[in-house]
Parts: sequence; structure tokens; C-alpha cells
Amino acid sequence: MNAAFQQTATDSKTGDAPAILEMRGISQIFPGVKALDNVSIALHPGTVTALIGENGAGKSTLVKILTGIYRPNEGEILVDGRPVTFASAQAAIDAGVTAIHQETVLFDELTVAENIFLGHAPRTRWRTIDWQTMNSRAKALLTALESNIDPTIRLKDLSIAQRHLVAIARALSIEARIVIMDEPTAALSRKEIDDLFRIVRGLKEQGKAILFISHKFDEVYEIADDFVVFRDGRAVGQGRLKETPQDEIVRMMVGRDVENAFPKIDVAIGGPVLEISHYSHRTEFRDISFTLRQGEILGIYGLIGAGRSELSQSLFGITRPLSGKMMLEGREITIHSPQDAIRAGIVYVPEERGRHGLALPMPIFQNMTLPSLARTSRRGFLRAAEEFALARKYAERLDLRAAALSVPVGTLSGGNQQKVVIGKWLATAPKVIILDEPTKGIDIGSKAAVHGFISELAAEGLSIIMVSSELPEIIGMSDRVLVMKEGLSAGIFERAELSPEALVRAATGNA
Amino acid sequence: MARLIRKRETLLFAIIVVMIAIFSTRAADFATPENLAGIFNDTSILIILALAQMTVILTKSIDLSVAANLAFTGMAIAMMNAAYPDLPLVLLILAAIVIGACLGAINGFLVWALEIPPIVVTLGTLTIYRGMAFVLSGGAWVNAHQMTPVFLSVPRTPILGLPVLGWVGIVIVLLMYVLLRYTQFGRSAYATGGNPTAAVYAGIDTGWTKFLAFVLSGALAGLASYLWVSRYAVAYVDIANGFELDSVAACVIGGISIAGGVGSVAGTVLGALFLGVIKNALPVIGISPFTQMAISGAVIILAVAFNARRERNRGRIILRDRAAAEVRTEAAA
Amino acid sequence: MSTVSTHEKRVIPDRLGTPFRRILASWEVLLFAVAILIFIFNSLASPYFLDAWNLSDATFNFTEKAMIAFAMALLVISGEIDLSVAAIIALASTAMGAAAQLGIGTPGLVAIGIGTGLACGIFNGVLVSVLKLPSIVVTIGTMSLFRGISYIVLGDQAYGKYPADFAYFGQGYVVWVFSFEFVLFIVLAILFAILLHATNFGRQVYAIGNNDFAARFSGIPVERVKFILFLLTGVMSGVAAVCLTSRLGSTRPSIAQGWELEVVTMVVLGGISILGGSGTIGGVVIAAFVMGLVTFGLGLLNVPGIVMSIFIGLLLIITIAIPIIARRVKLMSSR
Repeated sequence: MNAAFQQTATDSKTGDAPAILEMRGISQIFPGVKALDNVSIALHPGTVTALIGENGAGKSTLVKILTGIYRPNEGEILVDGRPVTFASAQAAIDAGVTAIHQETVLFDELTVAENIFLGHAPRTRWRTIDWQTMNSRAKALLTALESNIDPTIRLKDLSIAQRHLVAIARALSIEARIVIMDEPTAALSRKEIDDLFRIVRGLKEQGKAILFISHKFDEVYEIADDFVVFRDGRAVGQGRLKETPQDEIVRMMVGRDVENAFPKIDVAIGGPVLEISHYSHRTEFRDISFTLRQGEILGIYGLIGAGRSELSQSLFGITRPLSGKMMLEGREITIHSPQDAIRAGIVYVPEERGRHGLALPMPIFQNMTLPSLARTSRRGFLRAAEEFALARKYAERLDLRAAALSVPVGTLSGGNQQKVVIGKWLATAPKVIILDEPTKGIDIGSKAAVHGFISELAAEGLSIIMVSSELPEIIGMSDRVLVMKEGLSAGIFERAELSPEALVRAATGNA
Repeated sequence: MARLIRKRETLLFAIIVVMIAIFSTRAADFATPENLAGIFNDTSILIILALAQMTVILTKSIDLSVAANLAFTGMAIAMMNAAYPDLPLVLLILAAIVIGACLGAINGFLVWALEIPPIVVTLGTLTIYRGMAFVLSGGAWVNAHQMTPVFLSVPRTPILGLPVLGWVGIVIVLLMYVLLRYTQFGRSAYATGGNPTAAVYAGIDTGWTKFLAFVLSGALAGLASYLWVSRYAVAYVDIANGFELDSVAACVIGGISIAGGVGSVAGTVLGALFLGVIKNALPVIGISPFTQMAISGAVIILAVAFNARRERNRGRIILRDRAAAEVRTEAAA
Repeated sequence: MSTVSTHEKRVIPDRLGTPFRRILASWEVLLFAVAILIFIFNSLASPYFLDAWNLSDATFNFTEKAMIAFAMALLVISGEIDLSVAAIIALASTAMGAAAQLGIGTPGLVAIGIGTGLACGIFNGVLVSVLKLPSIVVTIGTMSLFRGISYIVLGDQAYGKYPADFAYFGQGYVVWVFSFEFVLFIVLAILFAILLHATNFGRQVYAIGNNDFAARFSGIPVERVKFILFLLTGVMSGVAAVCLTSRLGSTRPSIAQGWELEVVTMVVLGGISILGGSGTIGGVVIAAFVMGLVTFGLGLLNVPGIVMSIFIGLLLIITIAIPIIARRVKLMSSR
């Protein structure tokens, strides 16, 4: 850890203007993991502070504390120099904090205008909601964002990128002094990013303090003044961007040189295992084709909302494609349900392991044996010994850390939960494994372990599809990369052609 | 897509009109203004209870105790009227609303403070409240001759051809419309049911919103209790038996989603009227009233199926040409 | 950080220590203690309580409802509910009554009763599993529909003519004080316990209730399992209809009115979470005894039925509230 970069950001853009918001010694502890450890940050008016860190470094937790969703276990928050406690989300809003969250948390059944103004709708003289003003002000906000979305339509009819714009409009509609943006550009095209930055600069002029969370360096250098680097829940470095070269920040982020993070083993790649031709879905993706060969790792890259997970879920049978052909080992097959997929040897490790991959209250061994009950049981009757044996085998193989196989899987750390999901599928002896953001929300140390393991699987002859939005991961691990943009294929890149610029250009469609 | 909601209400309205037209071919005076006013009048109580239920359902809850609440509160004020005939009617009505609201508050408190699922809470209070009605009355009935003339006559008094009972229904409908559309509570109710997580992020106190919804439901049940015992001129333990399910049925038919967050006052009213028209029509067109239950049931199933088709998760819309079209720049105000 | 290939073998134990403490603190034990208390209270309150035949009579209070509750428990664990069970009893009973008028003998009547239950279960199952409709409102609808059909058939009349041997199910005894219904109840308890706790199917039911996304993503045929569960509740309602009709010796469209809520109460009282994913058959058995003891004991004290339901309602809310309050108090005192 480089002590030279531990200085706190003292000089703000507006001279000696004191910090609007300060966090001192904030710690947040969850069962099994310390999400934040003694973090201290200051946000100054008219300044954009970039919060940089890998997934799982603690950024989202910090946001939740600032917006009143979580209460910190230790430490204090000061607004204008006075200590405050955010007893609820409303308290944070009243204190002048607004946030654009990474995953849009909005209401499908309400209109765009209602979503933007929920909680602070314009009122008439009689304190009733003034719909007309609300709609026109919503329209004005959206126009300022250079969008033509009709404020009276319901949110569920919008695309993901459009919903994100509505979230941004909402954050702007609250007259806040502190604006938090958590990966705001994840789903935006270059032009939309330019518009967003224009707005951010406008907010700076107005003297607002902006916390800009991102792990995309070019954007950070473009828009932010100061930076804070998080790693494993700690603020490991702060300073002014102008004075700090990028590789110093990268080193702070990762704690070591980037090269070792992706232990890719060179594998002899065999013949085609899975051939997808012209796969299309009604609303989510169209005309996707690729071939997956044995021992190969095919990365799928794209922005949030590009349709990668949707494609993966369709391949696994969760949703039905509208049209398209799938050939497995030379034979045409149709997958209409997850059972079909599993029987064919195609398995899916979901992006949201808590929501889609595991029954959190159920014990580890029960989660692991779920798709394999036919094998561990006899004539439909459960056999505990067989189940524990299977769970033990894969727990050892994956180096699982847990108190016992009978504890609820929800008590494990993110990395270990991921191991349970992977173990569950390995037990079915699959041919193709689709991994959706396999290291999302996992700390750096476990990431390398997961990557190493994925490489081993490929070496053993499995074919792997890996969906990821992290460039280093995709570039480091993949033999080839399919890029998706807004539901369409933007090209397949061979390993030699892989570079961050080429992939980003294809994913955002900008030169 | 506010158009879509309106489309469902107009569809329901059209169905009701068609039904009335069909029935009037079998019974000549079915579609007369007097008869239609009578049907509306008869359905007023159900409309009020359905609006009560709607508020609760919007917040992703359910209130199975509304009818039991009505029974207890109705018995209480009927007994008060019988024992103290000099008590002004206004006071009795106020008492009914307050008692109903208190019973609703008990439900709300259990849901809010103890976070017990609403179906369990109201399952319990449904039997408790009805049992309390028995304990209060000792099993005795309060009959018409024990009630004061004022008590009985007010809801029956016709104004412009519609009895006061019907007017009360209209007033409540208008009040609920304003409440749900124009107040913060209304927005909070829709948000709490539509996406509880997002509601919390938006600063809404979802537990308090649910509490208020139950209090409101209880208050409306209390008001309805006076209207009931007065209209039917009797109070006993089993009154309004099964009405809680009718109120849910009216909501479902009216397009209220049981998952919360979706629905309109117009829909609820039309749903209640739909049931009311059927109930009134059956004896008139010569179908045994015993068929009413089965018809209600079939209608509910159809309504739910229709609701579900509308609500089906369309998946995330990613392809730009499949998303809602953006407004053309020329049309911008 | 160690990579996967080179490491000391980390041995994870199968289970943590003895489950003794966890068992002691479980719902079932708590409920059992309540049952014992009620038993003691009842025997002190009335001299008629501790009589073998009286106790046997008491079992009729709950056996029929409990049979349905077993199936309902599985359904609730999977995250659904069936409010039409009492209406299915009515329809099955009406069908049997109509058949009895036509002179059909007891075996045929039983087949018709259970068959009607099965048909209703299929109807519910199709609506919920195939059409993917929410079970709570769907079964409110089928509840009206099924009972409504009974009303159409019977109006305000009743069927009373049943063959003599038909009365065995509801009124007969297998050995000594143990009635057929009670023995059937025990047998079904054992069968359902095995189904839920020892088979793949039962594991799938728990998984669906805990997280039906994850269950689906793990290849479990969620719709098929739920369909079967609705079939089970339908069939059990049919079985209960046979027993109840046989016991009463007559059929009215209002038969078993309000039973759906008592069955759900029995399930929730038995520790099955209404949100799905947890609970045991043992809990339901104890809850059945508790409800039976309460109603029987109060009956001996000449408490009217409707006041009894106050006790049941209070019991339901208090037993759910106590663990929640206890947890809050513990949380607050540890701060």
C-alpha cells in the first residue's frame, strides 16, 4: 500500500470551501464480512469526486449508507460540519442527498413523470398533487437530458437505457446538494454519456458535490476532479486526479500488478460443441450466431442492458427464443426448459446468485444436490449419506469455506456462495457452462481463485461461455469474445484482436 | 399507457351496459332510470367495502376482516341506538367510523409493527371480531322496532330520485378518487405495493402506509356498517357473511392486481356494479338466485385470467424498436 | 490467497454439533408445550374431559380438517394457497348425495366423492400452473364456483338418503375408541410426512417455496410440482367430504362453511410459514390436536361455537407474534 497516496483531498476546487459532507471512520459489518473498514471521505461543493474500486470493494455499501438505507456500525457522518444520523431514506433525502443507483429502483406500473417525482410531487394550492405541472416539469427534465420520452407512459414500456435516463431525471428533480452516481454510464451510448457529463458540469457550477462511482478510467479522468480508491472495504488512496497517473490508481485498486490476476492456462481447443444460428427473441435480442468449441472460453461483452444475460437464459431454456437453431455436438436440439438444457449438458450460473442461483435459507448440501436428486436418491426417496457425499466431493474440489455442509448457504460469503452454485452444476457433468458475471460482488482475492478454476475447467474439456462487463476479466480469460449492443451482435473478436478500445468501441457503437 | 388502464375500465363499462341491455329484453323495466338507480343504491355498500379493500390491496396486503368489522360495529351502534334513542344520528355515525377505524388499526398495527403477513392477521381478526359481535350482543338480534325512526329513515330518504344511501356511495367514490390520485398517501400506497424496495429508496415509509390503509379500510367498514343495519333494519352476528370475499372479487373484476400497485377507483366501482347488476338481474330474468354464487365465481376466474394476461412480465425490453416510441419532437408542447 | 490446485485438504463437517438446542427452540416443541398446557387446563376445568370416549369424540373436531391441512401444508410451503377446499367438500358431498339418490352403493359413492375432489383439484391446478394465475384470487373464484354449483343443484334442500354402510367412514371405529377417521388421520399424517421430508418431491416443494426462481433455474419442474399439489388438496378435500358426509348422514350446500379458514389456521398454527419454504407435518399434527383440544374443552364448558373461534383467532395471532416479539426484545437488549 503506497503511503504517499493516503493524503485526504484537502484543497477543493472552490478554494477553502468546507466539505458539504464528510464521513469519518465509517465501518459496516455484515455476517461473515466487513464491507467497510474505517472509511473517511470528504465531499466538497462544486467538486466531482470519483470513487474507484473493483466489484465487491464496498462502493455500493457506501452508497446505501449515504442514502439512509443502511446505518453504519461505526463512525459518523457530518453534513455542513454537524453530525447527522440518517434514520431512514427520507432523512437522507431531506439532508440533500440524492442517488442514481446502479440498478434502477423504480416503479414499472407508474408513469415516467410519477417515477421522477415520487415523494416530492409538485402540489397545488390545496396540497393535492398537481399532475399538469408534474408532467410538464418531467418533460422539461427529460428534454434537458436530450430525450423525447413521453412522461405519461408507464415505465415498463421503456427499454433499459431509457429507464436509466428516467432514473437520472429523478435524481436531478430533487434539489439536492449531494448527488451520488453509481456507474451511471453503464448502459449509455457515447452521445448519451456526453450529455450526462454536460449535466454533471452544470451541477458543479451550481455548487453541488458529486460522488461519481465508476471503474472506467477514461470517464473518471474526463469528468472528475478528486478521487478515492476503495479496495476490500478500505479507502486505500485519495487525491487529485490531475496529479495522479492512471497506473498508480490501478495499483491502488488491485494491490498488485494486473497480470497475475488472470491465470489463464493455454488449452488445446477442440471441435465445435455448440453452434447457435440466428437466435432471436421477441424483445430482448435478435439474430445472434456463434460457435463454441471444446475447451474454449467464449466471452460475451457488452454494456448493461445489451441482452447478454437474456441470451444466456434463453440458451438455458428459461425463456423461449422466437426463432433460431441450436446444434449440440452436431445434432440439432431444442431447449424449451431448464430441464431440457440440463439433460443436454448445458448449465447456467446466474448473475444474481442470491436471487436465481441459490435458496439462501436452505443448507449448502441441499442446494448442491438440487439438480442431481435423481442420482442421489433411490426410487424417489432421499438418501442423506449420498447427498452429503456429493456435497463433500465438490466442496473439497472447490475449496469451499464453510462451518458445515448443513448450514444455510445464505451465511456464506459471496465467493463461497458462487462456489456452491458452480459445484451444484459440476455435479451434473455438463458439457457447456454459461457463467453470467462470475466474479460480480466477489473480493479480489477470491476472484483470482474463481478465474483459476474456470481455466481448469476449460483444460478438462468443458466449453465455457462467460458473460462479463469487466474488460480486464474478458480480455484476460477469453479465447474469443462476442460483443453485444442493444440486443444485436456487434462482432466476434479473436484473442489476438482483443483490446479494451476495440471492445468498447463495438459495445457502444462509437468511433 | 395510461390509455391501457382506461381501456380496461371502458371495456368493463361496455360489458355492464351490454348486460343491462340483454336483461332488459327479458324484463321490460330493467333498464329504467328508477331501476338502475335502485341497483346502484343496492350496490352502494359493496362499492364502499370494495374501495376499502382496494386501498389495502394496493399496498400489497389484503383485509379479510372487513365484513366481520362491519358486523361488530353495526351491532355496536344498533345496540346503542336501541338503548339510547336520544343519541343524535351524527354521533352514531361518527362512532361507527371510529370503532371501525380502531378495529382496522389493530390489523394495521400487527402488520406494521410485528410484520405479520396480512392474510394471517386478518384471518385471525375475522373470527375474533365476529366472535366479539356475539359476545357484545349475547347472540340477540336488534330488530327494526328497536331502532329509532331517524336511524332507519335517513339512508332511505330519496334526493332527486336516488336514496341517501346511493348518494353516500357517490360521495365516498369521489373522496377516494381524490385521495388516491391527488394526495401523498395515494402515491405512497401505489408505490408501496408496486415496488416495496424502490418505495423505501424513495423515502416512503411502507409500514406506516400499510397501517393507514388498514385504518382507512376499517373506517369505511364502520361507515358501511351503519348503512347496512339501517338499510336492512336488523343487526345480528352473521350479517354480511361472505362480504369480504365479495369485496375482493369486486376489486379483481375491476382490474386491481392482487400483487399490489395497480388499479383504479373507476375499476373497483365498475367491478362492484358488475356484481350488483348480476345480483339484481337474476331474479328479474327468472334465473334462480341460487346461481348467483356460481356466476360470481366464474366471473372472478375470468377476470383474473384477463388481469394476468395484461400483467404478464414482458421480459426486459432491450431491442430499441420494441420499446415504447419516443414522442416526436413536433408534438412537444 | 491459495489457488484451488495446491492446498491442504480443508475438511468441512457435515453437521454442526448436536441439533439439540435448535430442536428445543423449534416451533413444534413450543406448540407441543402449549398442547400439554391446554390438556392440563381442560382436565382441571371439566370432569368430563378425561374420558376415553369423550376424547375420541373430540377427535372428530379436527380429523377431517387435518386431512386437508396436510395437503394444504405442502401447498403453502410451495408458496401457494387453496381457499376452495371447503367448497370442494360441498361439491363432492353434493355429488355423492345425488349419486346416493340414484341408488349407487358405497364404493361408488366413495369413488365419486374422491373423484369430484380430484376434478376440482385439476381445475385449480390448470388455472394456477398452466395459466399462471395467482392462487389466492383464483381459489376465491373457484370457491364461489364450486359451492355455487352445489347451490344450483340443491338450492335450500338437503340430501339425506345414504346407504347404511356408508356411515362407517364417519361414524365407525377400527378398534376400541379409535375411530376410522382418527386412524385414517394418523395414516395420512405418516404418509404426508414421508412425502414431504423423505422424498425428492418434498425437497423440490421446499426449494420452490424458498426461491422459485432458483428452483426453476436448477431444473425443477415448478409448474408440474404445483399442479400435483393442487391435485392433492383436491383429493384430500374429497376424502374429507366422504368422512364428513358419512358422519353427518346428510348434505346441504352450506356444508363445511368457513372450513377453508380453519384449515389455513391449522397450517399456520402448525408452524408453516405463509410465505412458503418452511414447516413440518409434525407441526400440523400438533396444531390439529391443539385446535381440537381447545374446541372440545370449550365445548364442555358450554362455550358457544362462535366464541370458540375468538380463541382460535387469538391463538393464531399470539403464536405467530410471540417469536417475533421475543426476537425484537433480544435484539434490543443486545444493543
